[in-house]
Amino acid sequence: MLIPCPWCGERDELEFSYGGEAGVPYPADPAALTDGEWAAYLFVRANPKGPFRERWVHAHGCRRWFDLTRDTATHEILG
Amino acid sequence: MRFSFAGVEYEGREGETLAAALVRNGVLGGFRSPYRDRPRGVFSDGEEEPNALVRVGDEPLARATLVELEEGLVAEPVAGKGRLEPPRRERRYDSMHAHCDVLVVGAGPAGRAAAAAGGGDVILAELGRCAPLDGVRVLERTAVVGLYDGNLAVAVERGRRLWRIRARRIVLATGAVERPTLFEDNDRPGVMLAGAFKRYGRPAGATPVSGGFTPRVQLWRQAGGRLRWDDRVGAPVPDGELRAVACAGSVTGEGLPDAPPFALPDGEEGRIFVDLERDATVADVRRAVAAGLRSVEHVKRYTTIGTGPGQGRTSGVLATRVAAELLGVHPGELGTTTARPPYLPVPFALLAGRNRGPLFDPVRVTPLHERHVELGAVFEDVGQWKRPRYYPRSGEEMDAAVLRECAAVRERVGMQDVSTLGKIDVQGPDAAELLDRLYTNLISTLPVGMCRYGVMCRADGMVFDDGVVMRLGEGRFLCTTTTGNAAAVLAWMEEWLQTEWPELRVWLASVTEQWAAVAVAGPDAREFLQPLTGVALDAASFPFMAIREGEVVGIPARVCRVSFSGELAFEVWVDGRRGHELWRALEGAGGATPYGTEAMHVLRAEKAYPIVGQDTDGTVTPQDLGMDWVVSKKKGHFVGKRSFDRPDTSRADRKQLVAVLPADPDELLPEGAQLVADPDVPPPVPMLGHVTSSYRSAALGRTFALALVRGGRGRVGETVHAPLEDRVVPAVLAEPVLYDPEGRRRDGRPA
Amino acid sequence: MSEGQPDFLWRSPEPRRAYEVVIVGAGGHGLATAYYLAREHGITDVAVLEKGWLAGGNITRNTTVIRSNYLWDESAAIYEHALQLWEGLAEELDYDLLFDQRGVLNLAHTLQDVRDSRRRVYANRLSGIDAEWLEPEQVAEVCPILDVSPDVRYPVLGATYQPRGGIARHENVAWGYARAADALGVDLVQECEVTGIEVERGRAVAVRTTLGRIAAGTIGLVAAGHSTLLADLAGVRLPLQSHPLQALVSELYEQVLPCVVMSNAVHVYVSQAHKGELVMGAGIDAYNSYAQRGSFHVIERQLAAALELFPLFASASVLRTWGGIVDVSPDASPILGPTPVDGLYVNCGWGTGGFKATPASGRTFAWTLAHGEPHALAAPFSLDRFATGALVDEHGAAAVAH
Repeated sequence: MLIPCPWCGERDELEFSYGGEAGVPYPADPAALTDGEWAAYLFVRANPKGPFRERWVHAHGCRRWFDLTRDTATHEILG
Repeated sequence: MRFSFAGVEYEGREGETLAAALVRNGVLGGFRSPYRDRPRGVFSDGEEEPNALVRVGDEPLARATLVELEEGLVAEPVAGKGRLEPPRRERRYDSMHAHCDVLVVGAGPAGRAAAAAGGGDVILAELGRCAPLDGVRVLERTAVVGLYDGNLAVAVERGRRLWRIRARRIVLATGAVERPTLFEDNDRPGVMLAGAFKRYGRPAGATPVSGGFTPRVQLWRQAGGRLRWDDRVGAPVPDGELRAVACAGSVTGEGLPDAPPFALPDGEEGRIFVDLERDATVADVRRAVAAGLRSVEHVKRYTTIGTGPGQGRTSGVLATRVAAELLGVHPGELGTTTARPPYLPVPFALLAGRNRGPLFDPVRVTPLHERHVELGAVFEDVGQWKRPRYYPRSGEEMDAAVLRECAAVRERVGMQDVSTLGKIDVQGPDAAELLDRLYTNLISTLPVGMCRYGVMCRADGMVFDDGVVMRLGEGRFLCTTTTGNAAAVLAWMEEWLQTEWPELRVWLASVTEQWAAVAVAGPDAREFLQPLTGVALDAASFPFMAIREGEVVGIPARVCRVSFSGELAFEVWVDGRRGHELWRALEGAGGATPYGTEAMHVLRAEKAYPIVGQDTDGTVTPQDLGMDWVVSKKKGHFVGKRSFDRPDTSRADRKQLVAVLPADPDELLPEGAQLVADPDVPPPVPMLGHVTSSYRSAALGRTFALALVRGGRGRVGETVHAPLEDRVVPAVLAEPVLYDPEGRRRDGRPA
Repeated sequence: MSEGQPDFLWRSPEPRRAYEVVIVGAGGHGLATAYYLAREHGITDVAVLEKGWLAGGNITRNTTVIRSNYLWDESAAIYEHALQLWEGLAEELDYDLLFDQRGVLNLAHTLQDVRDSRRRVYANRLSGIDAEWLEPEQVAEVCPILDVSPDVRYPVLGATYQPRGGIARHENVAWGYARAADALGVDLVQECEVTGIEVERGRAVAVRTTLGRIAAGTIGLVAAGHSTLLADLAGVRLPLQSHPLQALVSELYEQVLPCVVMSNAVHVYVSQAHKGELVMGAGIDAYNSYAQRGSFHVIERQLAAALELFPLFASASVLRTWGGIVDVSPDASPILGPTPVDGLYVNCGWGTGGFKATPASGRTFAWTLAHGEPHALAAPFSLDRFATGALVDEHGAAAVAH
């Protein structure tokens, strides 16, 4: 895949590390969560077939994290 | 030119393939089928050749139709299976990267036209030979074998160079391959595809056959393209469009002759061959259908048709047509099997490229490495690093060397290269806040000029890494990490900083290689080092966990009073480029014994300092290690804190780090040994835990071990058993810190 | 050649409108589940629904390594149960599975590898599993073509050896279970995609499919990489991520590799199939994907690793590469048991290690479906372990995933 780094442009996927689903915030008050809710934060992430908003980091480049949308059925990068 | 085949010499011509030369010499047979041992001969003149496999030199399986003659070439027929032999030459190949606007695959008329049409930088790749084309980069004798995401084409040039070509657009002009026809004994020598028959000059005794043409759609399929059945061509053709890949010429079916009508042939079906590579016949397809199979994928697997090197190039469509006929359906309803890369077999060595031997994974060494080599160090791999494990003197075994090195540190002074520790520079007004959130203990209360041991957990509460945090200024810290984890810890810190707390004004940088560091440890460390530095080393001026700047042996240095052995110790950090000079000067001062990782491990184990990754395995909390003290009770939250309250992490009988003393003080437990309460029950024997570290101790005058034991702290004093291969070793559980539990040696030799 | 394959495999029935048990997914685990339901629990009113063709997913895309030398007691117990079933399976199914106990070597390349490996050996022996620690020269005796010299980048410092481990022919395994289940009356329904799960008052009652609604007393989801998509239909979120896992075969060669060789550190696992091809597995691609393909650099890396260990392979050629979709759980252990929706059970999360578990997975899941509570061997792999924290962490430092 060619991953579009917002700072460096399109680069080979070898330069990147993957971060899974985007937009899962660290809970504001973990102590207030039940064990089940905490487990959901720790372990459960969306796993759709199709467009997926996900995180990447340009690990061997600018080291910046960013989000993009990619189709998990085709690997097409949608933006 | 002369060549030999199956031990017989023949005359060949320049530019001929082996197959062409054999046919021209009247050799229409000479090969055997892989499973039924039937005679076979050259069947085609291209990459689809199913029969004419040869061993040439140390190429175990080459297609005679692709082997170019060379003077003195020696070829032996192979019946399906090659023989791997030790390479006679070093097979080490280069690979190339190329970028272009248009990649055209195939230099037939359609391919040449597409390449000539331009559109920017154009690369034209052709499996065979290819005349030059103006303004086009031509790669002849180059097989495009795979198409990957992002329009990455992988190609093999002359079998000896790998190309990775990124193209904005790809035009597939891959043409079509001729299909055989079905009749009894259609596999006999001399039967060959009509096109090959013509191109071989209509050899006497040969029989041309043609069942129409099958477009080479493999790359189109690899790119994600769909297919539709074309009744006129009698084969699947590309359907629909792809964003950046197009087809041109006969691969689309256009211009191909009408396929002859298809009917199941008469004759003995067990002698009508569909797949020559797998010796599979119409009878096999009939069996598959009778067995209840309806999908071509199932028929393929049942009959093995299309699983050979040709991946069904000549057999796939035939099998589909036979199955459709037997099932009474249109072949288009059956679908096609998947085409998978590579299009042609690719040598392992070509794909491995230069990433072999020392280049398989980079070797990292410290600035002192050469000196360690001179000192005769035995090295261990820690991550990518080479670290001295011990420094044997002549004739000295490891055990003796380690005992000697340990004794030197416990009784006098030793020195160790600790430059491999990861070092992360953390700067910014919110640096303390970031570290408070990532370490389990409080960092923000650390005074400038002091350092503190810290532990990091994953969000699941399990120990991830440990190290020392130095506060160099109000908003400036330097964090050390374990040797193997440096990159992971930096990535971890960056991830939290950038993705969760972007409001924190903090900047991170790896400075691992900017510094060389030497630990000077032992009761005589002060006496040893003081003459070499202007920094006052007395306990009052330079307390435990303090940091001082100054010069050591004339080199600007940072000195830290940290200890991983329990002894008085100073870590001397200098510019990496002067590390070698520092070490030689310390050596030159005389009296300090170089020690390696093994002695360091023993010394720290005597003090029950855990090693992350050895005494932990991703399932261990700080509390399990007996380090409640490193888990802040004051902080509102830090990464991992919530997980400590889960039912399983708050259990009292979790596995906890304790010391293990074998009943026989000479008995060394193997690391990894499991401990049980009762060794006499039949399997499965309930296990209490396992030995994580085990050593002979000079200071204790005996062996000892550390272990993670279920409810271990409550079992201190109990006898457990370690069942080994040939015996059961009894041992007593003990409080983990076995050496100087009061910590009286921290400031030097006790009075 | 179709020699060795039976004259009849299975019917292609139209699905009925209701079944006592509906299993979603006709891969190895789903087919095995159906077989054991019928064979051991007398439950034959069973449909196995498959959106594609039977055994078209991971069951025929894996590298067929079979072993039971897992680290944790819970894992060792279920994989050893599987291995014991494997040892009688060809006879039970009356199908030549080409099950070959040629032994499995797991190589150690660093001192920590050695510690972890020996830990696993000692634990395995106490669990009643055949396991040995071999020094490098013993490794070379078991596998002479392995380079155990000290002058390679990551020398072989030893290996664990499980003589009872081995390989089998994957499609024969799936087809053997399918044929036996079909013969016992189970309906195997292909090209039948589940598009919905009907839940009434907290209980799953039916599946909606491309072939219509099918009512079910009990539903078992056994869909590997597609498990989360199915569970989502019932509002159950599973802690699984789907990733590509690639594998490859070489051309056919005369036998040179007498055992299975696996190396975590150098990242190779390889065996040689009966027909002669070298079968190799690669590392997991990092990103989520349902595309059944991975990235080229993973293959390149894998072959570099293979040549580090096996200089003889330098003249071998890759014939075919492919990818499967592995369902990776947070602790690299399966999830097997009930869900918060009554009557809905999952058997998933086998990640890279599912093939070897097939018989035990099917058998314990069948028991679980028949009894409505987890089989003892499956109990540690319940979904609620993620809330309690009682994970069975097989991808920690000491474990070997595949």
